[in-house]
Amino acid sequence: MFEENYDVVVVGAGHAGCEAALACARLNLETIIFTVSVNSIALMPCNPNVGGSSKGHLVREVDALGGEMGKNIDKTFIQSKMLNKSKGPAVHSLRAQADKAEYSRSMRQVLENQEHLTIKQSEVSDLIINDNTVTGVKICTGGIYHAKAVILCTGTYLRARCLCGEAITNTGPNGLQAANHLTASLEKAGIELVRFKTGTPARMDGRTVDYSKMIEQSGDERIIPFSFSTDPESIQKEQVKCYLTYTNEKTHEIIRNNLDRSPLYAGVIEGTGPRYCPSIEDKVVRFADKDKHQIFVEPEGLSTNEVYIGGMSSSLPEDVQLEMYRTVPGLENCKIVRNAYAIEYDCINPVQLYPTLEFKKIHNLFAGGQFNGSSGYEEAAAQGIIAGINAAMSVLNREKITLDRSQAYIGVLIDDLVTKENHEPYRMMTSRAEYRLLLRQDNADIRLRKIGYEVGLVSKEDYEKVVRKQKLIDEEIDRLRNTYVGSGKKVSDFLNSMGSTELKSGSSLYELISRPELDYYMIEPIDDNRRELDEDIKEQVNINIKYAGYIEKQIKQVEGFKKLESKKIPDDMDYDKVSGLRNEARQKLKAYNPVSIGQASRISGVSPADISVLLVYLKGKTRS
Amino acid sequence: MYLSDTITAISTGMNNAGIGIIRISGEGSFKIASAIFRLSSGKSVNTFESHRVYYGFITDDGKTVDEVLLIALRSPKSYTTEDTIEIDCHGGNLVMRRILKIILSKGARLAEPGEFTKRAFLNGRMDLSEAEAVTDVINSSNEYALNNSIKQLTGKLTEKIRLLRDKIKYEIAYIESALDDPEHYDLSGYYLRLSNVTDEICDELVSLKKSFNEGRIISEGINTVILGKPNVGKSSLLNLLTGEETAIVTDIAGTTRDALKQDIVMNGLSLKITDTAGIRETDDIIEKIGVDKALESAKDADLILMMIDSSEEIDETDIKIFDFIKDKNAIILLNKSDLKQKVSENDVKKFTQKCIMSISAKDETGIEEFKAKINEMFLKGTIDYNDEVILTNERHLYLIENSIQSLEEVKNSISAEMPEDFVSIDLKNAYEYLGTITGEQTGDDIIDEIFSKFCMGK
Repeated sequence: MFEENYDVVVVGAGHAGCEAALACARLNLETIIFTVSVNSIALMPCNPNVGGSSKGHLVREVDALGGEMGKNIDKTFIQSKMLNKSKGPAVHSLRAQADKAEYSRSMRQVLENQEHLTIKQSEVSDLIINDNTVTGVKICTGGIYHAKAVILCTGTYLRARCLCGEAITNTGPNGLQAANHLTASLEKAGIELVRFKTGTPARMDGRTVDYSKMIEQSGDERIIPFSFSTDPESIQKEQVKCYLTYTNEKTHEIIRNNLDRSPLYAGVIEGTGPRYCPSIEDKVVRFADKDKHQIFVEPEGLSTNEVYIGGMSSSLPEDVQLEMYRTVPGLENCKIVRNAYAIEYDCINPVQLYPTLEFKKIHNLFAGGQFNGSSGYEEAAAQGIIAGINAAMSVLNREKITLDRSQAYIGVLIDDLVTKENHEPYRMMTSRAEYRLLLRQDNADIRLRKIGYEVGLVSKEDYEKVVRKQKLIDEEIDRLRNTYVGSGKKVSDFLNSMGSTELKSGSSLYELISRPELDYYMIEPIDDNRRELDEDIKEQVNINIKYAGYIEKQIKQVEGFKKLESKKIPDDMDYDKVSGLRNEARQKLKAYNPVSIGQASRISGVSPADISVLLVYLKGKTRS
Repeated sequence: MYLSDTITAISTGMNNAGIGIIRISGEGSFKIASAIFRLSSGKSVNTFESHRVYYGFITDDGKTVDEVLLIALRSPKSYTTEDTIEIDCHGGNLVMRRILKIILSKGARLAEPGEFTKRAFLNGRMDLSEAEAVTDVINSSNEYALNNSIKQLTGKLTEKIRLLRDKIKYEIAYIESALDDPEHYDLSGYYLRLSNVTDEICDELVSLKKSFNEGRIISEGINTVILGKPNVGKSSLLNLLTGEETAIVTDIAGTTRDALKQDIVMNGLSLKITDTAGIRETDDIIEKIGVDKALESAKDADLILMMIDSSEEIDETDIKIFDFIKDKNAIILLNKSDLKQKVSENDVKKFTQKCIMSISAKDETGIEEFKAKINEMFLKGTIDYNDEVILTNERHLYLIENSIQSLEEVKNSISAEMPEDFVSIDLKNAYEYLGTITGEQTGDDIIDEIFSKFCMGK
């Protein structure tokens, strides 16, 4: 039988698999990545964009750790926009429209050119496990690949089933071949699987869309890159336009009249779908009082006429789809290139994983992406890089990394996945991050570059860049704190012109910036000794001064959080010995085996009283 | 293991009462009881039935120590939710100690202060504020304080705090939903609503905070100071009040020869009365110290009783005292109504808005009316004992003050027109402070702090 040896095997080459494989190969581990089709590497089978509210944060964090997604979208975007600019800096989020084909092609090239990385088109059918340790995989054609670690990033391919009304096919996304063999092997290994569903809207022939009836959506004038390594000047370019239109009562009526033909409502779909990325049927049912819903029409790329109808994913039958889409202003004469469909797939209950994304019960087996019950390209990439790093750390006998909820959205994402009960595909959202004022997209490099550097995925040069940046920020803030202006005419005139109260005595520039009606940029005319600084540094200075009070409060909240987080629960904890725990809590704690009191406190079904019991028990243990 | 060992303590005071109770809680309770208890027939009991009272004797090496009633409570239906034995023995100091010693010799450990309640809390039988109320019930010095503690014990405070927390939670959830789904959750005009809701919650918290002072008065007693010129009858009043009331709790001699503090319970309310030196202009240094001290103690008083000799004209010193008490809770007592009146209630009204009453400490007239007045001032007018939750605990006060502060900051952010995601930081803080009162928010430090305060054997 055909056999080969690798350090790491990665199963699946979607957004998680790519990051995982690159991380391992870049840490000089011999890595092989399996995909059912080389043409589907880094495929974007759903929306044609990267980033968006809170997802943009994830991309920047992946980049700060030394991942590829940010760089790849910087190379292949066709429109870019910073969202939520009218809100606070915590919720600013970058979103770019991708040229899908280019995105995929470009990532494939990165993988192909990566040293120590082998790409293999084949379906993995079995895990090889000895003594609760994974030692390799077997592929459908019989070959065996021995490895020191295996990372599962199977996305939506496992026993995938696509539904378009009554038409059901056993295929993966975009009509690709499903992976039907691995599930049985996972079940045999004692891994608990669940079935989730997600969906995608139709793609139209752009020539049949009347854009004059829609509202134009342009990109930003000044484009900000995703990657901290991309020179902003290098990506300023002509951008495509997107369009906004709305559904109406007519659309909703057609949907309501045909609900019985929707597999979701007819009970054909077994999987649980995402509440936060609902199909148009879901929206019509859930928001019955709304007479319209937003529809975004976005190009799929520069080399195709296909356009994506965002906000209208559906699993209704083909004929109903066409009728429904044609009620939307601008889509009256549309022709559908690809039908909307829902897809069902096997994934795991992620509470079987440690926060390192290693299986609790199977040593050296890691998992990332939609396989872990998440949804979205960015969520996948974020888990992919962590799974990749930790698989590598495991092989290299180095300490694994975990990001906590106060460090990164990635930390929030993974902690939620491995701690909370998920009954639907998990989508990253701003509201999930408690400490979001500290976890801004603009400071992801300051937060995470060091970790990426220590791991070995960030170059010395990139790391020194962020050290220098931090130094310049600190110096500038110090200077503003120690620069005083008086009540002279120049300052008074300036303040009057800005609608701000005149000074009676001296004030530091720092104090002036703190005023609600002023900011760092505005006070430049009265700041005589201002240094020439890069845009990103100015931004940090402004945010850190203007929101200092709020930032301080968040830091305090984090301190409270860390206290419980730092109380570790020993691995061999025997919950049966802790009397006083309620039964439900005991069962949950045994099943989840949390690493800290903090994590335990976030498990649903574990009450504060149970946490008190645990605290007292642990205290008693250290005492004796 | 920490929790499952068996603890014991004398649960009643060591005061030679007729009956005393010794309690044992933990896995070993029933076994210990079997070893030390004999039925009147002389037999021992191997299996105690839950919630049954057994009559018999505590024995030590076959010798009878005391005649007792033994109550067996099987887990989880007991105070601590653990197997519990309660022994009703005779209340003598010596006998209780002997029984305790026997129990200890059978493997129980002496309970730490507050440990029974701690276990009840940790075993999920009560929430934090209920557990704290247990301490208060035990330490209650009068019936109003007791009522309030019992109210807290039955979860009234928790109920109220939960209601407020739910309101805050709704707003946090709304803001967060709008951040993630702006299409379906509209924030335009939202600040108007939020600022109304914040005001409402703040008002409720402020009245809770205010109730702390009333709560303190109830649990600690009304800090009362008698003020007046020399020889207007201050001491007679004090003697009259203390002499008549039998429930004198303690006598603490004042630090100066002419000041005296007495605790009395009057119509169910506790008063801590300070008699002070007579106020007058003086060059005598020692006397001046006394006068200063009198005024000093009056500063923090909950109630000032100003006495005037109605057989003497009102003079400069009286007017000075009127001025001193003008912002305070005070009753003006026109004493010596038995003598020829030179000053009438109407004369005094020219100088003060306070309530004026005529009494004679010597003839004991007007005293009942005066007492009724105090009850009216401190009970009827200010505190409704049927509905209101009253704050009595310093920790709760601190947390409520913090949550008020956080809500004030929410209001500041609203008026500074900060984006909505900023206000949720302070809303969340307010939410967590309140959760710390009921224990729905846990922290290691809270548990330590609270149980360090449990200092009784319950």
